[in-house]
Amino acid sequence: MSRKLLLEHAHIDGINGYETYRKHGGYRAVEKALKSMAPADVLEEVKKSGLRGRGGAGFPTGMKWSFLAKPEGVPRYLLCNADESEPGTFKDRYLMEKIPHLLVEGMILSAYALGANTSYIYIRGEYSWIVFILEKAISEAYAKGWLGKNILGSGFDCDLYVNPGAGAYICGEETALIESLEGKRGNPRIKPPFPAVKGLWQCPTVVNNVETLAAVVPIVNEGGEAYARIGVGRSTGTKLISAGGNINKPGVYEVELGLSMEEFIFSDEWCGGIKNGKRLKACVPGGSSVPILPHYLVTKTAAGEDRLLSYESLADGGFESGSMLGSGGFIVYDEDQCVVRNTWNFTRFYHHESCGQCSPCREGTGWMEKVLERLENGKGKLSDMDLLVEVAKKIEGNTICPLGDAAAWPVASAIRHFREEFEWHVREPEACMQRNYGLVKEKAELA
Amino acid sequence: MPKVKIDGFEVEVPEGTTILNAARQIGGDIVPPAMCYYSSLKGSGGKCRTCLVKVTKGSANDARPLPKLVASCQTQVLDGMEVANISSDEVLNARRGVVEFLLINHPLDCPICDQAGECHLQDLSFEHGLADTRYEFERRTFEKIDIGPYIKLHMTRCILCYRCVYTAQQLTPERVHGVIGRGDHAEISTFIEKAIDNDFSGNVIDVCPVGALTDRTFRFKSRVWFLKPMDAHRNCEKCSGKAVAWMYGNEIFRVTGRKDQYGEVHDFICNTCRFEKKALEDWTIEGPRDIDRHSVISQNHYENKTVTVK
Amino acid sequence: MQVASHNGKPFNFSPEALTEVQGLMVKYPEGRHKSALIRALHIAQEENGGWLSIAALDHVAETLRITPIEVYEVATFYTMFNLEPVGKYVLEFCHTGPCAIEGAERLLDYVRQKLGIETGQTTPDGMFTLKEVECLGACGYAPMMQVGIYYHEHLTEEKIDRFLEDCRAGNIDKGSWKMH
Ligand SMILES: Cc1cc2nc3c(=O)[nH]c(=O)nc-3n(C[C@H](O)[C@H](O)[C@H](O)COP(=O)(O)O)c2cc1C
Ligand code: SF4
Ligand code: SF4
Ligand code: FES
Ligand code: FES
Repeated sequence: MSRKLLLEHAHIDGINGYETYRKHGGYRAVEKALKSMAPADVLEEVKKSGLRGRGGAGFPTGMKWSFLAKPEGVPRYLLCNADESEPGTFKDRYLMEKIPHLLVEGMILSAYALGANTSYIYIRGEYSWIVFILEKAISEAYAKGWLGKNILGSGFDCDLYVNPGAGAYICGEETALIESLEGKRGNPRIKPPFPAVKGLWQCPTVVNNVETLAAVVPIVNEGGEAYARIGVGRSTGTKLISAGGNINKPGVYEVELGLSMEEFIFSDEWCGGIKNGKRLKACVPGGSSVPILPHYLVTKTAAGEDRLLSYESLADGGFESGSMLGSGGFIVYDEDQCVVRNTWNFTRFYHHESCGQCSPCREGTGWMEKVLERLENGKGKLSDMDLLVEVAKKIEGNTICPLGDAAAWPVASAIRHFREEFEWHVREPEACMQRNYGLVKEKAELA
Repeated sequence: MPKVKIDGFEVEVPEGTTILNAARQIGGDIVPPAMCYYSSLKGSGGKCRTCLVKVTKGSANDARPLPKLVASCQTQVLDGMEVANISSDEVLNARRGVVEFLLINHPLDCPICDQAGECHLQDLSFEHGLADTRYEFERRTFEKIDIGPYIKLHMTRCILCYRCVYTAQQLTPERVHGVIGRGDHAEISTFIEKAIDNDFSGNVIDVCPVGALTDRTFRFKSRVWFLKPMDAHRNCEKCSGKAVAWMYGNEIFRVTGRKDQYGEVHDFICNTCRFEKKALEDWTIEGPRDIDRHSVISQNHYENKTVTVK
Repeated sequence: MQVASHNGKPFNFSPEALTEVQGLMVKYPEGRHKSALIRALHIAQEENGGWLSIAALDHVAETLRITPIEVYEVATFYTMFNLEPVGKYVLEFCHTGPCAIEGAERLLDYVRQKLGIETGQTTPDGMFTLKEVECLGACGYAPMMQVGIYYHEHLTEEKIDRFLEDCRAGNIDKGSWKMH
């Protein structure tokens, strides 16, 4: 049994309410920090913990916090990124729904460390009912004196609000999130300046993922060093993985980083193996943006080592034969799934979600979608694969924000590992469609 | 003052200068093309990605190159920085990619476009584009609309540079048009049927790099290169009154602001000057305007330019 | 896109909604009340029968003391806002990868056939609008859809049948964006 730091109490009835949460050790970390630690001490523990951002990029949280500019007389803001819209990812939702006070507590601690007196949780608009779960938890925390003025007599003031979005994946990008929170379109900003210097309302701002902020609670409770002892190498602590696709037991799991992929996918403690006795075909381990891994690279790296659920092991082999831990959106494909169809589907997603500001992403995502659509519908050409790789290459690295890269990687990696299946779509369009029986309407047109 | 080297040419510029503006001080063909940046419009730039360059040396203090190409209109120079523009194949390749992206949904209706001959996209694709396009799908189209009595919006040609939005934001008391929708369905629009009508609204025509916003009062139904641009001025209480009168014989067919070699207007003119003063006696004609720009007008390129319409 | 300046009935927030929107505006520092825009639009949409007419958008602009174009720009950016009339129940059906490989596309076909409409359309009786949306963060509980503020997960043909009947019988709670 793996240790649980975040979801240890998540199964307990009533843990979403204040009393039960408190009874199980809730707000102990705030008490400890505000009574016996200076803000710099909290930052130090977070640094020692080796905690890395759980939103996707894996940037060390302590380092990010230490970049926050602190000009005199200018407010600083802490923003929680609860936009969670990366296909395959549903872990933050689970945490917020089950144990909302953990996020509230983590935010109080983090705001204290950063000297931020006002914080906002930016949550995707579709999680509407969770807005009210969070607001209830927040009002309980105010009522019990964990939020508001002069908390526990420490002199620290902390206000926390929830701000919903309204349907836009791009608002998970931190500067788009800030724009959206300002009541505007979610157009990412051009960087620099970075949010740590000029963020919300041009003030220094830190944006962190829900899970990252929640992890500050066990770090303060048990100490950064104890946290760092869990995991492997530079992948410390635990990670929430939201597992979906063709597995027996989809759901949200908290794993110690370093768990083997083999065990995670096939053991009954976790995903319980592939559904309906089928074989594993491929896996997208970190949300739709990360490269897809063919079955032979899922449990072993190209070098023949066991593949682990860790930042380093999943990236082992780079873009040639590796992938990324990303957001922990774990998608498993069985032998019946069509890689071309799935790539088309993801590309449609990025096309739909592009904000449209910069030309490579605005135009390139739509172009890739159209080429993939014709391939999937039996009208592709053998030259389409090279065309796709080239278009992807012209987007990647040339855009304002990483959505362009996120759109390019799945296409490039699918063609790299499954080129034969793409070519099969050109050579044997009817057979391909039969596989997707019932899904393709234009079948008749082909004959 | 920081010194920066661009394609081997060194220039010393004030702190905070962008790579693009440093390159403009050097001049010539090492200046990156800029389709969205516009010096006098606050917030403009960064979007079109045509001005991407490679920073091969970060600065005197940190010599490492920057990992990705950067938008030269947004990136400030540091002392000792070295930049490759036309000397980098990576840059030229990326730029070709950007031009191709800008063209895949462009109607390529240059033969019937009012902007032909003074269109930045036309120049750009002539200089950096591919002769042929690999895009085989139906192009995105929008209906042409009149936004008020003076301005026609031909959205199909728009490259979403946002310049007209910043112009309206900056020059007019209340912006009534903006970007509606998102992604490749985003469009410049007033959303509701509404005229863009205030003293300075006509400047959106001058800042538009393509033929998306055009002058409905332009009485000449033929090509700009038959007209003679003349510097002209008049006493105007609303603006500087410094403009260009586009003439054929003794008749004024169109009035625009005075653009520099990068297509930028420094003195924005008012709608009265632009749309209502078309009589010779309204203006003091100073003399022919030197069109000093990489332009098909000045270079007589237009005849041998090939545009493949699929 | 250009729409007629008056599409739809006059709109005003109900007194409770107005109080709530004013309450949202003070969650932000002075002069930053524009931040309340998105949530105000959710509330306006709910009070205007599920969609945002020009009258509703203009009323929100007026309430927040911002210009109409600022509201139009935002309302057209986010997919949760409907700019045309919709049915009583808007079925927002997820069609993204993880749901698709668990049968969402097939189930969507079923819903279309059952309702006799295509995606984006409303049934003639004004009961249902079908919308396809991108991943809603319920991939492990696929296929799924959102109706009102709530999710409906692990869908099957039988569950869809029952759901549609429950809607017709008025037994489905769409929830509310207004204070709980
Ligand atoms: C297109 C795009 C979407 C993103 N979506 C999310 C998201 O939904 N949630 C999230 O936490 N981070 C998301 N990120 C990453 C954020 O930009 C940012 O790195 C993160 O919130 C930082 O928090 P962390 O350091 O705690 O991970 C996204 C990034 C991009 C480019
Ligand atoms: S990369 Fe895409 S999403 Fe990001 S700013 Fe450019 S157009 Fe917008
Ligand atoms: S209409 Fe012209 S100025 Fe306005 S965004 Fe489009 S191309 Fe730019
Ligand atoms: S001019 Fe620099 S990005 Fe457009
Ligand atoms: S793919 Fe449907 S909820 Fe994620």
